[in-house]
Amino acid sequence: MSNQEKMSCERRRLIAATAAVGGVGALAAAVPFVSSMLPSERAKAAGAAVEADISKLEVGQMMTVEWRGKPVWILRRSPEMLESLAKVEGELSDPASERKQQPEYCKNATRSLKPEIMVAVGICTHLGCSPSSKFKQGAQEGMSADWKGGFLCPCHGSTFDLAGRVFKNKPAPDNLEVPPHRYLSDTRILIGEDTQGA
Amino acid sequence: MMANVVYEKYKSDGSFLGNLLEWVDARFPATSLWRAHLSEYYAPKNFNFWYYFGSLALLVLVIQIVTGIFLAMNYKPDASLNAYGVPVAFASVSYIMNDVSFGWLIRYMHSTGASAFFIVVYMHMFRGMLYGSYRKPRELIWIFGIMIFLCLMAEAFMGYLLPWGQMSYWGAQVIVNLFSAIPLIGDPLSVWVRGDFVIGDSTLNRFFALHIVAVPMVLIGLVVAHLLALHEIGSNNPDGVEIKKLKDGKGVPLDGIPFHPYYTVKDIVGVAVFLMIFFGVVCFAPEGGGFFLEYNNFFQADSMKTPPHIAPVWYFTPFYSMLRAMVWDFFWLDAKFWGVVAMGGGVVILGLLPWLDRAPVKSIRYRGSIFKTLLVIFVISFLILGFLGTKGPEYTFFGVSWLPGTVIAQIFTVYYFLFFLTMPWWSRIDACKPEPERLTWK
Repeated sequence: MSNQEKMSCERRRLIAATAAVGGVGALAAAVPFVSSMLPSERAKAAGAAVEADISKLEVGQMMTVEWRGKPVWILRRSPEMLESLAKVEGELSDPASERKQQPEYCKNATRSLKPEIMVAVGICTHLGCSPSSKFKQGAQEGMSADWKGGFLCPCHGSTFDLAGRVFKNKPAPDNLEVPPHRYLSDTRILIGEDTQGA
Repeated sequence: MMANVVYEKYKSDGSFLGNLLEWVDARFPATSLWRAHLSEYYAPKNFNFWYYFGSLALLVLVIQIVTGIFLAMNYKPDASLNAYGVPVAFASVSYIMNDVSFGWLIRYMHSTGASAFFIVVYMHMFRGMLYGSYRKPRELIWIFGIMIFLCLMAEAFMGYLLPWGQMSYWGAQVIVNLFSAIPLIGDPLSVWVRGDFVIGDSTLNRFFALHIVAVPMVLIGLVVAHLLALHEIGSNNPDGVEIKKLKDGKGVPLDGIPFHPYYTVKDIVGVAVFLMIFFGVVCFAPEGGGFFLEYNNFFQADSMKTPPHIAPVWYFTPFYSMLRAMVWDFFWLDAKFWGVVAMGGGVVILGLLPWLDRAPVKSIRYRGSIFKTLLVIFVISFLILGFLGTKGPEYTFFGVSWLPGTVIAQIFTVYYFLFFLTMPWWSRIDACKPEPERLTWK
């Protein structure tokens, strides 16, 4: 190349312009391929609300329903369980539920519409494992002696209280999500839809 | 320079095969490729045990490609449930194991091959650290190698989703959610990777496509680049001195021997021993004690329930421990993001080795006691991080509460990074011995 004549400025400009147009074309060609990897119309449509019947749910018992492919927990908290919520507040990362992990109507001390019924998406806010229930108080496998009951994520050890609030200095950054929901009757809950939405 | 050598075209001796080769050679660089990369590629004559692992990695790559092709003939990437309520993908793996002739053998070769790949590659990388094989002018060989390592991790991760067992599902859930830790673009990015709001059928299908087509093609390209760069410069050796400095009248390095037949024959011995061990595992311990195939993955994926004990396959556990070790928020970013940074950084920092290491000599044989001591601790911390990654977050050493696994992991994670980050300093002040003029061998 070195012994060839120097390229004229005009030719150099034309080559640069051609390369630029070609580059834009290549980028444009990537759009359909990259877009095809987004959720399809069918995947986006599959988000219907689900109904849960809690008439057979005993005190201290938890049931799981599937909503948008995720587990949603419904727990009927006992009076002792509700008492524990106030006791652990000092150890929590976001005790007053300041961060937007729940609908406005659940931004209260129990993070629920009815104090005894907890509804939460059972997916850890760290990396998406489903925490296990550790309702028993005190020392047990993996828990310390001052444990007041709650949930333990088996993947990275985050712990949550019985309102799904995350404890401090754990990998999970936020409280468990409370899904939009409303009561159709005393024993039936509709998950995925609330009065504001409907 | 290897590339500048002009080889003579093959002249036929008049036989049929000779004529055929002459005909081909006039149209394709057959003889010159053979000579440049095998019969006249001069490698140092003092290669030892550690030099088996490069060719073994190539062998395992071939095993994975061949077994993978035959597995793809019977596997179905489909998360929907069949008439018995079993996901089609999970059922097709059972079908391969139970009903396809020799299906069990092909699958166990593939699953054992995945672990074997990482054993061989970890040994190969450690060899590079022992003898300073990443040092100038071999930086690009090392960088291509790190890229191969990243590709292998992607392959292993995406391949692990395909059986659609409990570990497949929850492992993918955790790793894909790593992307969501990236500020601003994290959440849309993880949705894009999954193709859905949860791990599902679309995730399984795309991972299958990437696992069997896209990533293997990149991998093969990188292996070719790795070898081309290696053959351009020539191999390092256990003494870490350049054999090309001293050449005979014909330009052949005095301490070099042709790769073929000397090292092809040596590597065949390595292959024979490797295959004995490999098929021993395939036939007698294909689950590798729960390390190669995890017990929880014999249960079909259940999106409602995470298994009580979830851990990645052994080869990811050192980096997984680094992820878990980060539990503090720094600046305005939360611990989750720093965990991802630690995990990714643990791999990427290896790629910086050529520039971090400032020692006057390459090989451990002539390096000082600082390097040797710190390297031993480095290996121990890597192994302990790996061990802790297989355990739950509540694990304590010997069951005593003052040796919690998390804190130990944090200490060794810090050591892992300090080893690299302080290397420019300690590698320079270390008391090295003088390098010999020529190779030493018995």
